[in-house]
Amino acid sequence: MSSETQKILSTDGIPLEESLKKAEKKNKIKAFLLVTPLLLFLIITYIVPIADMFSRSIDDKMVTNMLPKTYKAMEQWDGKELPPEEVFEAFYLDYKILVKNKTAGKLQTQLNYEKNGFKSVLKKLARKQKKFEEGNYKEQIMKVHKRWRNVEYWRAIKRRAPAYTYSKYLKGVDMYSNEDGKIVQVSEDRRIHRILWSRTLEVAFFVTLFCFLMAYPIAHLLATLPMKYSNLLMICVLLPFWTSLLVRTASWMILLQQQGIVNDFFVWIGLVADDNRPEMMYNKTGTYVAMTQILLPFMVLPLYSVMKTISPSLMRAGKSLGATPVVAFFKVYFPLTIPGIGAGCLLVFILAIGYYITPALVGGASGTLISNQIAYHMKSTLDWSFASAMGLMLLTGVLVIYWIYNKLVGVDNIKLG
Amino acid sequence: MALPKYTEPHYRIWHYFYLFVCGCVFFFLIAPLFVIFPLSFNAEEFLVFTDGMKRLDPDAFSTRWYKDMVYGTKNPWGLAAKNSFIIAIFATIGSIILGTLAALGLSSRHMPYKGLIMATLISPMIVPLIISGVAIFFFMAKVGLAATHLGIILAHIILGTPFVVITVTATLSGFDHSITRAASSLGSNPFNTFMKITLPLILPGVISGGLFAFVTSFDEVVVVLFLAGLDNTTIPIQMWTGLREQLSPTILAVATCLIVLSVLILLTAELLRRRSERLRGINR
Repeated sequence: MSSETQKILSTDGIPLEESLKKAEKKNKIKAFLLVTPLLLFLIITYIVPIADMFSRSIDDKMVTNMLPKTYKAMEQWDGKELPPEEVFEAFYLDYKILVKNKTAGKLQTQLNYEKNGFKSVLKKLARKQKKFEEGNYKEQIMKVHKRWRNVEYWRAIKRRAPAYTYSKYLKGVDMYSNEDGKIVQVSEDRRIHRILWSRTLEVAFFVTLFCFLMAYPIAHLLATLPMKYSNLLMICVLLPFWTSLLVRTASWMILLQQQGIVNDFFVWIGLVADDNRPEMMYNKTGTYVAMTQILLPFMVLPLYSVMKTISPSLMRAGKSLGATPVVAFFKVYFPLTIPGIGAGCLLVFILAIGYYITPALVGGASGTLISNQIAYHMKSTLDWSFASAMGLMLLTGVLVIYWIYNKLVGVDNIKLG
Repeated sequence: MALPKYTEPHYRIWHYFYLFVCGCVFFFLIAPLFVIFPLSFNAEEFLVFTDGMKRLDPDAFSTRWYKDMVYGTKNPWGLAAKNSFIIAIFATIGSIILGTLAALGLSSRHMPYKGLIMATLISPMIVPLIISGVAIFFFMAKVGLAATHLGIILAHIILGTPFVVITVTATLSGFDHSITRAASSLGSNPFNTFMKITLPLILPGVISGGLFAFVTSFDEVVVVLFLAGLDNTTIPIQMWTGLREQLSPTILAVATCLIVLSVLILLTAELLRRRSERLRGINR
């Protein structure tokens, strides 16, 4: 007998195995089609724009766009000796337009980053070039300032137009590449970004710690109390969770102000003098207190859902075997809650590291975090490529933490409410 | 939880200390919200309890800030509330449709690359809002949707879908797929099966996911700050501007309304959760 006839056939006359495979494939496609709309939507409106931030952060076309003719003429120039007449002419023409449009200042600043002293040279050229005659621009420009005879300055212009740059990332950690192409730190008094990074990490760490210390006992209480009472107490956790972030921040602004209730209370119990009320808002204290209260529910809920599953008989068993309550707690109960601790801590940490609203409102100057700096560059200085670079640095950090979170607890285990 | 009679004294002390700590934490969690209530009825323009209020003098209280919120001249709250509701409602509908479909697909055991896709779908929840804001702003500016309602609605759909995906996937985890097979075997087409069998059963999950999406949209300020123009101002934006510039009691009146709204949402969510657990046969 041939193997063909041994195969079981479905009603359509196709071998059953094939028919099953086909059905399986159809189901796979069906499941995938259901996910497709959302997946496509997110990829187009979200994932690609985030990836696009990367190209924006390394793309530095500012100077190239200001001196289009010059860079075209410079393509032939090898950079060893002074450039030929065409480059001088092109530069003169480009610069004339910039001076006329009053945008030359930007170029002066940018080129001064490359080579110190460029600014004054360019300013002088802007004044003198009105009297230029047509032809032989090389001689005329070099007459304006002797530095134009120095090939270093022309190299600086050429160097300023790479296809891409990582200078924004260096700036994000307070470094820059100097004239020789070496990466060095900026002078000590200008290292603001590193302070912000370390402050962000510090605030995120301590907020997580405070949340953990406060959430653990109440999660335990909620998990062990009879349903009747715990449901009522759960509302204390869930109501802040559902209330607008701005409302909660507003209430902290009222509480922590100098004439606020917290200060009133401190005066009343005699902790501080009435005329010497401490400033609790617009500094780090305000950020800590408000963020801890706002993020606390995110710690309580995962802890609660884990503690709920721990049977009370385990502790009793431990005690009946001779452990003191303290030993039983640390040897039996605490290890069982570790998944919840991991989930809660990482969730709070991730949220805290990217916090924006609360630090901006109650943080003042000494309580702002890296997110505030990103928003500042997006809205005020309009240095979008720098904002993108800092955003991506922050995102990388968060993704690393998220990856750890996924390894430890799994993203499917996130529970809400 | 009463202590058994044989409890030793030092343990008894420890237990009361523990209850005291818990009480403090609960107070810390909930008390700040209740400061807003009385202060929003302040007759003065200050954000502190006046002497009259401390004496419970009726003259020290008034509803002028509520009147100001509704009838005030040049007040932005009417427009902001209208915009907020329009944006939140459409964003919720969009999130529910896209999120529920995706959750149905993800819960199928035939789904390929489940982990990767799930991670992608809930990424807007993990990525810090400021980064989402920057990225979405770049996209909307490119396609010309910045400073439009549609742009903000789409942005809020991005932020809201992860909640729907998570809650509906959780509801579907206890779902008995043999009922839908039974429906098909009785001649129902897939659409009818979904509308008549699946949807009613997963509805609590869908609605509670929708509530999350609604609250996310209604309370969202970071992304809107980048996207909104003057015509798209929302309640959170107005609160943000108010809190930054001058803290006026009108903001507290608005905040009180928002707290009442969140109490209503909380109650709905709790009822739905209990119903869903009852339906899925989870008894605690």
